[in-house]
Formats: sequence, structure tokens, C-alpha cells
Amino acid sequence: MTTTAPAEQPTSQTIVEPQRGLRGSVQDYVERVRGGDVGSLPAILGLLVLSLVFAVLRPTTFTNSFNLANLINQSAAVIVIAMGLVFVLLLGEIDLSAGFTAGTAGAVLAIVLTRQGQPWPVAVLAGLVTGAVIGFCIGLLVARLGIPSFVVTLAAFLGLQGVLLSLIGEGGTIPMRDETLLALNNDPMPVWLGWTLAALVVLGYAGTSLRRAATRRAGGLHADAMSVVLAKVAVLTVLLGAVTWYLSEERSRNPAVTSIKGLPQVVVLLVVLLVGLNFVLGRTSFGRHVYAVGGNAEAARRAGINVLRVRLACFVISSTLAAVAGLLLASRNNSISPNTGGAETLLYAVGAAVIGGTSLFGGKGKMLDAVLGGLVIGVIINGMGLLNQPSSVVFMVTGLVLLVAASVDALSRKRAASTGRV
Amino acid sequence: MSVPSAVDARPEQSGDTALLSLRGVNKSFGAVHVLQGVDFDTYPGQVTALVGDNGAGKSTLIKGIAGIYGFDSGAYVFDGQDVSVTSPKQANALGIEVVYQDLALCDNLDIVHNLFLGREVTAGGRLDEATMERRAKETLAGLSVRTVKSIRQQVASLSGGQRQTVAIARSVLWNSKLVILDEPTAALGVAQTEQVLRLVRRLADKGLSVVLISHNLNDVFAVADRISVLYLGRMAAQVRTADVTRNQVVELITGGRTDGIDTGTAGRAGDDGAGEAR
Repeated sequence: MTTTAPAEQPTSQTIVEPQRGLRGSVQDYVERVRGGDVGSLPAILGLLVLSLVFAVLRPTTFTNSFNLANLINQSAAVIVIAMGLVFVLLLGEIDLSAGFTAGTAGAVLAIVLTRQGQPWPVAVLAGLVTGAVIGFCIGLLVARLGIPSFVVTLAAFLGLQGVLLSLIGEGGTIPMRDETLLALNNDPMPVWLGWTLAALVVLGYAGTSLRRAATRRAGGLHADAMSVVLAKVAVLTVLLGAVTWYLSEERSRNPAVTSIKGLPQVVVLLVVLLVGLNFVLGRTSFGRHVYAVGGNAEAARRAGINVLRVRLACFVISSTLAAVAGLLLASRNNSISPNTGGAETLLYAVGAAVIGGTSLFGGKGKMLDAVLGGLVIGVIINGMGLLNQPSSVVFMVTGLVLLVAASVDALSRKRAASTGRV
Repeated sequence: MSVPSAVDARPEQSGDTALLSLRGVNKSFGAVHVLQGVDFDTYPGQVTALVGDNGAGKSTLIKGIAGIYGFDSGAYVFDGQDVSVTSPKQANALGIEVVYQDLALCDNLDIVHNLFLGREVTAGGRLDEATMERRAKETLAGLSVRTVKSIRQQVASLSGGQRQTVAIARSVLWNSKLVILDEPTAALGVAQTEQVLRLVRRLADKGLSVVLISHNLNDVFAVADRISVLYLGRMAAQVRTADVTRNQVVELITGGRTDGIDTGTAGRAGDDGAGEAR
């Protein structure tokens, strides 16, 4: 036996991570940001700056609660499409057809509902299935045949535009008259329900955070200090409380005729999707595999992950969420037209995901990115509208914001590469 | 500590019973006869270096062992059992793990995630992060890895040696018996090479059978107990490191023969398959 291997001192010391208090955690965060791991920070800053600018320029119209509710309803569809796109972008792929998938699924929904007179759950199910089938076809072409997703979804973008036209018939629209579905993206929920929802979210967040910290500490692992957990819960409570309180005020211009108060109903849908999809991405094997395939597909394959199935699943999820957005668009516009989901819808959604901090190169992104980015886009569209700017200016400003976001992404990547982060 | 038992337990047999024995293995790709009647043995608790010039058939041999493709003919005996390994899953089930040259880590995931990639521990459908992190810590501690700052740091921020360490640690997490390392020091500096070689030695000292593929004879002589030399698809020699000199190994690599040693192949390399090759 050769024992020329380098000698060493046998110590069984493990890796020790010091417990960080509130102060330390803030320092860690600042260090991460300086190291190029900016996360959602640009989106949050953008949201604040844009809101401030519009609040100064249009002090009465932009900041009133009527407009805030309006803004949430306007942004909902883009946010939901962006949520789906996050799955596809995490793989390093793209789905250009998500906008018209929304339109097509919305058209199927409207046909089943209005022309065939089915109850709304049947119609919604038909719309969702339409989305899933479209995603399955795209996923098969990309994952099995290996055609670049850019090409497949560009073809789907054109093809689905045609499908939408033929479903509706040229020049026409399909109206929606179901009260439940129309209320979804237009009406508020009762005030008590809004408060209940806010309380549930805060309690749920606090509960899971505290339980995780407790189990980790019990297992002798590094855990967030109690002060850090409480600070996060406090921030969430204040934010949600403020929004819920503001939107629970009477915002009808003529309260004697109709009373409008409470969180928009669509918030329930957004919260459920955010929490559910966040769980899928962050806490399940499937979610972990999505990140792995996006980071290094070959490594994922060698680790025994079924890469093909992960790709397929992501496209199905993306298109199904687009179908949900189709429902929201139909609800918002009271009808489906050949333009539903067309024009800039898709680009806004891609922009939302990227502004939120999801990388176009795959492997990096979160569900919250879609919500924050979607709100940034929503604020721009809403604010520019209040400034009475022509669409030409709105487009230019939106393009500029997207460019800024992409530049922040690129710069932080450069910085991250030089400091050894992704 | 609940480190997998194969890492803890030192097997009683200390090197005389082979863990893996290949006998007269052949593999052709079309008209090219890449492996010609190769015998290959690895022993528990020992590092077997597999050396040979480019194109000698090292990668083909390793991929055959790992089940990436089956051998055309020949016997594959593992742990005393005659087995047939035709898929990576079968090889993993036997306890064979390969650490590839290009590492196969995901840069965007942290160390724990990479260690458990594809074999995540779940409880009730959700990832059991606490258990995974604890086991990862124990495994790294068991290998005396102390160079990483935090077990939750992204792999992208690790040095080459640390990445190699993570890749190797992953291979021992799963009750593995045979770990094959493909050029683990090829891209490393002096200090990091030493760090990885130490780890390689430690694996063998824990009772695992280790196969080290390397072009660097310094590394080979530093850690290997046995040296197997492939020459043009034939096993030119399987010898104990103590019985050969560096020059003899170089001669075996470049010419397939050397004087004055028992090559341990009983002349098989010459007469088995060489004739029918071309």
C-alpha cells in the first residue's frame, strides 16, 4: 500500500454558520446586492419611483383608491401570463404564443358559455383544457423533436391567431354574460372577505416561517433569528394591511347609487396562484428539477432527472396559466375579440417577468417576480393613460423601462460572475 | 451520525477479493474494436488508477462499467455476483457512481441541492430541506471537508477543487461501493489537486473501491494502490504501485510492454481478441 498521500490532521469539525440577527441579516442582504444578486430589488425600486412620479404628476387621479383597484384589475391578466412564463424562462426557453393561447382559450370558454349555454364551470374547464392541450403540443415539439422553442412558439403565435379568428368569425366578437365570470376581474369582494384574506396570508406566512425556523433549530441547523422572521412578518402585515384598508374605503363616485369597496375579487385568484406556484417551485422535487434543467440540463440528465418530462410539464403549465389569463381578459372586456391576447399582451408579460428579475438565460427566477414586474408594467400603462399620453409615448416608455430592467439584469450578471455568484 | 453504512463500515476483506472483476470484455463501435478482451479488477479499500494514452479505451471501459452502454461480450462480476449492467440506473443500484470530468453540477443551485439532485428527500410531497442539509453536513464532515464557507452557497461561487469535492461527496452519499473518478485533477492548481487527492485517499480508507482515471503520474503514484494500464484497447498490465517504477508505467502506456515485471494479465492482452480486431 502506498501511503504517500499528503498527510493531514484528523479533525471532525463541521462547517459552522454563525446565527445572524436582524442587523447581520440586513448586512448579508446588502452584501448580496453589492455582489450582484439583486433579486427583486430593481422591480421594487421601479415600482416605488414610478408610483411617486405619477403621484406627483397626477396627485388626485393616480393615487385614489378607485384607480388603485383599477390598476390591479388591469394588471391581473399580464401577471398571470407572466407567472406561466416564469416556468418556461427558468428552463431558458421562451413562449411567444402565450398571448394568443390566452385569446384562444378565452374564445373556447366564451363559445361554450354563450353559444352553447353551458354553466360557467364547464366553460372554464373547457378553456383550461384548451390551454393545456396547446402547451402539450408545444412542449412535445420542443422537448422531443428538439425544435428551438422560439421557432415553435412563433409558429404557434401565428397559427393560434388564425385559430382565434376562425373560432370567432371575422370581425365579430363573442359576448360574455355570466355574472360570476364578469365579476371576477371587475368587481370587489366584500370588505370582511378582504380582511379575512389579508389575515390568512399574514398568519400563513408567519406560521410557515416560524415552523421552518423551529424544525431547523431542532435539527441543529442554521436558522433565521426570531427577530428577522418577526421583522419580515411585520413588513408584510403593514403592507397588506395598508392596501386592504385603502381599498376597503368607499370609492364609488356616487355612493348613493352603487357602493364600491373592498379588494378586487381577482386578488383571491392572484394570491392562490402565487402561493400555490411558489410552493411548487420552491418546495417540491419537481420545482427543484425545473431549476436544475435550467441551470445545467446535462447535469440534470445524469442525475437521473427526466429532462423531457420536466420541459413538457413547464410548457403545459405556462399555457394553462395563459388560459387562466384568457378568462381574466374575457371577464375584463366582457367579450372575446380577434385581438384578445394579441398586440402587446405577450410582450408586456415577458417584460413583467424580466423586470421582476427572472433571467432570460434560465435557472433564475421566482413567482413573485411575475407579480412585481406585472405591477410595474401596470403602473406605467395606468399612469401614462392618466397623463393622457398617446399610445406612441406609452410604447416608447414601456420599451425604455424594459431596456433598463434588462440592463440591470445584464450588469448584475456581470458583477455576479466577477464575485462568483450566478 | 447516520452517514450511509458503506462509508462507515470497513469491510473485512482488505484488498484480496476483487469488488469488480471484468473478464475478457469486448466492445466495438461499428468496425472499430475499442476494447479487446479486457480484464479489469478493483478492490475494496484501494485506489486503482486507470491510465493509458488518448484513445486507449479508458472512457469506453468506464462507460461500460457505468452502464451507459453494455459490453458486447465478457463477464461483469460485481461483489461475487455475475451481473449484467446495461443502464446507469442498474449501475447505481449496485452501488457504482461515476464522477465525470465535466463535473455535472448545476451552478445555480447550492451545495445541498446539488448533492441530492435527482434523489431529493421528500416528506409528504414537499422537500425535506432540514434532513437533506443535515445529511449533507454529515457527509462532508465525514470526508473532512472544511474548505466550504456555507453549505448553502451556490456552486457557482466555489473554486475548482471545491466543486470537485462536492461532485465526489455526491457519489458517496448513496451507499456506494465503487466510485469512478474521471480526471478529477485535470483542471486544478497545486493546492487544490492535493486537496482532492487527499479526499480520494480518504474514500478508499473508508472502505470504498476507487477507480482514478488520470494522465498525471504524480497523482497516480501519490494515491493509487494499484495501476491498470490500457494500451490500444487491451489491458497491458495490472500491477501494484509498489512493484513498478514510473519509467515502467510510461513504457506500458506508450508501448504496451515493459521488462522485468509481472503484468498481471497472464498474457491475455496479447492473444485474446487482438488477432480478430482487424
